[in-house]
Order: sequence, then structure tokens, then C-alpha cells
Amino acid sequence: MAPIGILALQGDFAAHGRALDDLGVPWQLVRTPAELATVAGLIIPGGESTALLRLMHAVDLRAALEAFHAQGRPLFGTCAGLILLARETRQPAQESLGFIDVVVERNAYGRQIDSFIATGTPLVPELGAAPLEMVFIRAPKIIALGEGVTPLATCRGDVVLARQGSVLVAAFHPELTADRRVHRYFLDMVAAAANTPAARPVPERTTPGR
Amino acid sequence: MATAETPFTLKTGLAEMLKGGVIMDVTSAEQAKIAEDAGAVAVMALERVPADIRAYGGVARMADPKKIKEIMQAVSIPVMAKVRIGHFVEAQILEALGVDYIDESEVLTPADEVHHINKFAFKVPFVCGARDLGEALRRIGEGAALIRTKGEAGSGNVVEAVRHMRAVQSAIKRLTTLGEEELMAEAKALGAPYELVKLVAKTGKLPVPNFAAGGIATPADAALLMQLGAEAVFVGSGIFKSGDPVRRARAIVQATTHYNDPDVLARVSEDLGEPMVGIDITRLESSELLQTRGW
Repeated sequence: MAPIGILALQGDFAAHGRALDDLGVPWQLVRTPAELATVAGLIIPGGESTALLRLMHAVDLRAALEAFHAQGRPLFGTCAGLILLARETRQPAQESLGFIDVVVERNAYGRQIDSFIATGTPLVPELGAAPLEMVFIRAPKIIALGEGVTPLATCRGDVVLARQGSVLVAAFHPELTADRRVHRYFLDMVAAAANTPAARPVPERTTPGR
Repeated sequence: MATAETPFTLKTGLAEMLKGGVIMDVTSAEQAKIAEDAGAVAVMALERVPADIRAYGGVARMADPKKIKEIMQAVSIPVMAKVRIGHFVEAQILEALGVDYIDESEVLTPADEVHHINKFAFKVPFVCGARDLGEALRRIGEGAALIRTKGEAGSGNVVEAVRHMRAVQSAIKRLTTLGEEELMAEAKALGAPYELVKLVAKTGKLPVPNFAAGGIATPADAALLMQLGAEAVFVGSGIFKSGDPVRRARAIVQATTHYNDPDVLARVSEDLGEPMVGIDITRLESSELLQTRGW
């Protein structure tokens, strides 16, 4: 299988690399459209979404990401990655890719002094029954989910892990704990997508971004 | 202050999010907006940038809380602020304001010439400067969740940051070549906690992120430190003391991400206007050096 890509414009891409090392899968950093073309799936890490947007446009990555998504290649966004993948972002409103039908509020839990570690609950058998330790750092909150979005885990009453088709998002940072179930779940998505190549229909939704 | 110790993962975690990014010194809400729009991952709220502190003289202290609050309200990215070395009450004040990171900084006039702040006592994470591995490990031993080179702040001259980054990296490499029985003597020589020395010898890296600061004035300076092993850069006077802060800020952001791509570096370095005027460090009196503050 082609390697997993980790978007390395800025953010905790190194922590995702360590997580994938734990699982023994090949990965590479992605900073340009050319590098994106060679990966089977892409992780968009935590970081600052405003900086990521600025850096994304500087190398014309938006169109490349749209094509990547349209081909059904899986994407996984954590924290700032969730903010970029969401249909709509609030507080403040800003551009996003719109690959998953959720509304996200930035820094919804507060500033760094409000960052926390909590125990969340997986909702699907693929993630196992055991509680998941979750690290929230200046985290965004999913405040609305579209009909096509499947909640995969909750924490303190909020959906914090969700999926729509080939797009997986987490409000927390599974890359900062030792539990690899969420990354393994994403790798299964990538493997499944790789096994259904050309036959896979291109998703109808076009991206609404501003 | 937190009653129970804040998990270290939360403190280093925020620094992980800043990697590959640029943290910019700002002295007003307007500058903070400019920094955020240019792609800064965080801003450092200050009364004066280091070059002006150097020129102004006198005792440099924590910024006015009013100014820090204005900057916090102006941007959605993390806001850091500086306290004097050892001044734990300034740190308590910054924690009460809710700043996202505290820089216990040699740029301000030290408040304690013997003791740095016990950083484990705070919920807000700390960044501290270091000139070598021993100093870095002492600060981590006190609870720093992020290390940066000291460089020579406000000089516009990258030579000291390069010296400090190379010193840390080569000392780490050396540790990984030592036998276990040599590590206690090495800890003694470094003046560093033995457990941390053992950890670095085993892993070959610092247990917290390692950023560069002090004298970075151009996109090439930022990329140089990144190629030498920095995981992000702080730019102090280099942006708002230059001829065209907006263009320079954007260029340094691009250069920090694409630090290994000379084509990008060439493109973003073009036509940036006047850089800040630099200082030849060898012309500074030893009493004028900021990097020798702290131990």
C-alpha cells in the first residue's frame, strides 16, 4: 500500500508520525500537491487552523485536497484538522474545506488553562468497548452533525469523533496518548478505500467553502 | 495556581501544536492581527520588542495586563507573555489573565539571580531559554514544557541562536554515544538532573519540544535554525523593526514550513524591503548581553 501522508505545513505532525510508527505503517510528510499525490490517505494534524489555511493557499493545496477527497482517498483531521475539514466554522467564522457535514466552534472549551484530559466512550464495535483517554488542547467542539455523519465516540456529552464516508474527524488528540485504536480505525478506512479503486463513485457533494 | 499538578502532556501538547510555525513578538492588538493574518501560530505580547528594550535601558518587566488582555481579545491564536526570571508573582498574574504560555525570559531584567520559577506549580505551561544542554535540562527539571535557544534577543544577528542550537544538538548526540556508567559524571559536568540525562541519552532528543529564538531577522535565518534542528521559531524584533512587517512576516512563515526547499526560500526572500538593523555581537559589552541572564 502507498504510505499514509501527514500534512506537515504546521502542527503536531511529528506526534502522528510516532503513532503510525507504533502501528508499523509507512508514512511521509506532505507539504505540496506533488507530495499529496503519492499517499493513500492523509492525516491533517492539530495546529493553528488560521496558519494552516494561510500555508495551504500559498502552495495551492486546496484544489489538490479537493481532488484527493473526490477520488475517495481517506482524510483524518484532529483538532485543527477537524476545523479545516468541517462544513462550517464559528468563533470566528473562517474558510474551511467542507468535506464533512459538521459545524465546529473553535476554542469552544476555552484557553490553554481550560485544556483537559478526559475519558471518552466509543460508540462502535470497531473501536472496542474500553473507554478512550482523550487529550483536549484549546479544542474545538462539534456543535451540529449532518444526517450523513456517524458519531463514533462521545466525551462529556459531546460527539468528539465522527465519520462521513472517507472523512474521519476528532476534536481531541489521539496522537498524544498511547492508545492506537483511533489511528488503527483510520488505517482500516484507508485499506478499504485502496481495495475498491476505480469502481468507487466520486462523491456527489461539491465543496461549499467560501 | 493549580492545586493538583497539571498533566505534562497538556503542557507539551500545546507546544506540539506550534511546531513548524512562527511565534511573533507584538506590542499592540493591531500588530497581533497582522501577525495572525500573516500565519503566525502564536503571538508574544510585550510592552516593547527586545531591540527597544535594549535601546531603552532600565528595568524591563512584565507587560501591562491591559495590553495583554487587548492582544488576547484581538486574535484567536494562542497568546504568550514574558515574566522576569524568578518572578513567580508576575507568572501568577499572567496565569490569572489566562495567557496560553509563559516565557520566563532573559529579555526582561531578572528578579532572582539564583532561582528560576518552579514551573510545576502552574497550570499554564512555560517556555524557557537555554544556551546549552545543561541549561535546557535544568529548566525542564523545574517544569518547563518547551525550550528555545536564547540567541541574543534584539540583535538582529542569528549567530548566537546558531551557536546555542548547535551546542544543544551536539551535546545530545554526544550523550547517545556514552555508556551508562558515564552518565552520572556527565550529569555532574552538565549540571543537569541525572534522570533527564539518562532519558536524553536513551531517546536522543529533549523530552520537550525545542524551538529557536534570538536574532532571527530573515526567512533564511528561520530556515537555517529549522535545518539545524529547531522545531519552530520565535521572531522578536525582526518583523516589526523591519521596513515591511506584513511581507516579512508572511515570508518567514513560508520559510519555516518549507525550510528544506531552496526554491521556496528564494521566492519568499525576494523584495522584502529593509531588514532590521543588526548588531555585531562582538561589539557588545558583556554587561549588554541578555543571554547570560539565568544559569
